[in-house]
Amino acid sequence: MTPEPVLEIRDLAVDYGYGASPVHALRGVSLTLHKGEVLGIAGESGCGKSTLVYAATRLLPPPGVIVGGEVRFHGDDGPVDILRMTDQELRAARWQDTAIVFQGAMNSLNPVYRVGRQLTDAIAAHRPGSSRAEREERARELLTMVGIAPERIRAFPHQLSGGMRQRVMIAMAMALEPKVLILDEPTTALDVVMQRQILEQVMELRDRLGFSVVFITHDVSLLIEVADHIAIMYAGEIVEQARASEVYRQPRHPYSHGLLHSFPPLHGPRRPLAGIPGSPPDLQALPSGCPFSPRCPEAMDVCTDVHPDLGPTAAAEPGRRVACLLHTEGRTLPASLSV
Amino acid sequence: MRFVLRRCIFYLVTAWAAVTVNFVIPRVMPGDPVQALINRYQGQLSTDAVESLYALFGLDPDASIWSQYVDYWGRLFAGDLGLSFTFFPTPVADVILQSLPWTVALVGVASVLSFAVGTLIGVMIGWRRGTWADGILPVTAFLSAVPYFWLGLIAIMLLAVTWPVFPTSGGYDGGLVPGLYPEFIGSALWHSILPAGTVVISSVAGWILGMRNMMVTVSSEDYVTVAQAKGLPERQVMFGYAARNAVLPQVSGFALSLGFIVSGTLVMEMVFSYPGVGFVLYQATGGQDYPLMQGIFLIITLAVLVANMLADVAYVLLDPRTRQEA
Repeated sequence: MTPEPVLEIRDLAVDYGYGASPVHALRGVSLTLHKGEVLGIAGESGCGKSTLVYAATRLLPPPGVIVGGEVRFHGDDGPVDILRMTDQELRAARWQDTAIVFQGAMNSLNPVYRVGRQLTDAIAAHRPGSSRAEREERARELLTMVGIAPERIRAFPHQLSGGMRQRVMIAMAMALEPKVLILDEPTTALDVVMQRQILEQVMELRDRLGFSVVFITHDVSLLIEVADHIAIMYAGEIVEQARASEVYRQPRHPYSHGLLHSFPPLHGPRRPLAGIPGSPPDLQALPSGCPFSPRCPEAMDVCTDVHPDLGPTAAAEPGRRVACLLHTEGRTLPASLSV
Repeated sequence: MRFVLRRCIFYLVTAWAAVTVNFVIPRVMPGDPVQALINRYQGQLSTDAVESLYALFGLDPDASIWSQYVDYWGRLFAGDLGLSFTFFPTPVADVILQSLPWTVALVGVASVLSFAVGTLIGVMIGWRRGTWADGILPVTAFLSAVPYFWLGLIAIMLLAVTWPVFPTSGGYDGGLVPGLYPEFIGSALWHSILPAGTVVISSVAGWILGMRNMMVTVSSEDYVTVAQAKGLPERQVMFGYAARNAVLPQVSGFALSLGFIVSGTLVMEMVFSYPGVGFVLYQATGGQDYPLMQGIFLIITLAVLVANMLADVAYVLLDPRTRQEA
């Protein structure tokens, strides 16, 4: 049985800046999130991970412009294209369908309102029929759900620690029981212990409530543990897409391979640590052909001419796709990518 | 609570310092008010009169500076600020009490209006940055750059001389006796339109620019994005999340500007010969009227202090982060 899709992103393209030479921050990204699944998106800083989320939820601040593609959300009344909704429909759908936990745990809460008010205003906006007491009750319940004492509903954000604030944000995201929860580097500002606690909390809630998760991070080791599927992004494109365990054991793209070898494995045999040479590409002056070719240890002559598209791997493994010319017919994969 | 107590002590000390400086300055200046008065009457004063004048101004040469100081405080608490020269022998306190309501009412209303309108326009154009609304900015920049006296004179020339719609000067019709009856109030309101209007026009630009810039800064804060992502109605995001935070610096600026209501409208009252504190101060300066000047400075100092206190209170009410117990 194939699982039902919840969120489908098709050929999404985003530019930054108007006029003659906009920066192409996303170039035709396609992704599918299935029901109950955790989809991880990984990549270096500036590869377009966050842009992808902001564009898919239409929260992209100017000068970002969505130049093409569609984002189909499969709700109870069939699929709708988020990018073509009217402002009013969009406001009604937000938080209800897709809730987001943002990077900045420190600044995500309005400093002048009590936590309770910020938890309840979303409920009030989407459930105008609810009473004040009901909303307050729900806010207390939400706080308890993320392990914060319900009395803290009266607290101001500055009275909470960074970890607690991020928990409040997760509680807030759960307020309307959304179908999709997007986590945009939710733990970057927190220490490692807090990171784990927060993630475990989210995963536990997911098991209980059954929503789907899009988890964005540059921490691949974390991703491999929690995600079902992983998409690796590079320079505004997806270069590899597969099940988490597969990416970890058998990366098929030289960039994924590099990314996985740039942190020490927690389990299994020790292996030498290697970074990826060079630095992330300048999106304004991308190299011709494959954008990764200047940094790629396996680059061939053809790589600087031909742009690889996302396609099946050389071994045609089911459910795996990779954008690398090494996987075209008649090429032999290097040993590191064919285990 | 400790915060409030600390602030109160701070204000008491500041008020004491201000009053003391007010006491010291005339005593270290060359000449004294009695000399000035003698010159004014061109020596037609008897020795007895001069002596009693010295006693009256608390400048008795035989008394020590300390006893003068104690005396000064005593008279201050009794509301006695001495006698004015310009309006001799009216007490300074009476002169100030007569002019203060004019200034406070006119400039007070104009300042509140200017702040409210300016902040609201600032919210609008800050929220819609990058659209046609930004076209208002150069206009406001121009208005804030225009010197006030020039604006006032142009207004008088156009609206009181060329087209005599409004009166050119004064606070009320000369033929009326001040009092609380409809005819007088109507006349006072009619006379206040030009002065108040020009004050609003020249000060509103500052509020617009300040609020607009804060709006632009706050709009890119994460919590505004979160509010948008939550699907809250746009008005709620704009006022509850963006403007609510952007207004904080405006409020303290406004409370501070309240302190200058008493003094800061000197030019306006000069241009319009408006019977307020500024105009009296102008007359006092011209007549070397030390007691009156001293009295007005004292009032101005106290007004600034009270305004500062208001700013503190407003800030504590508006920003929970300042409420934290130290």
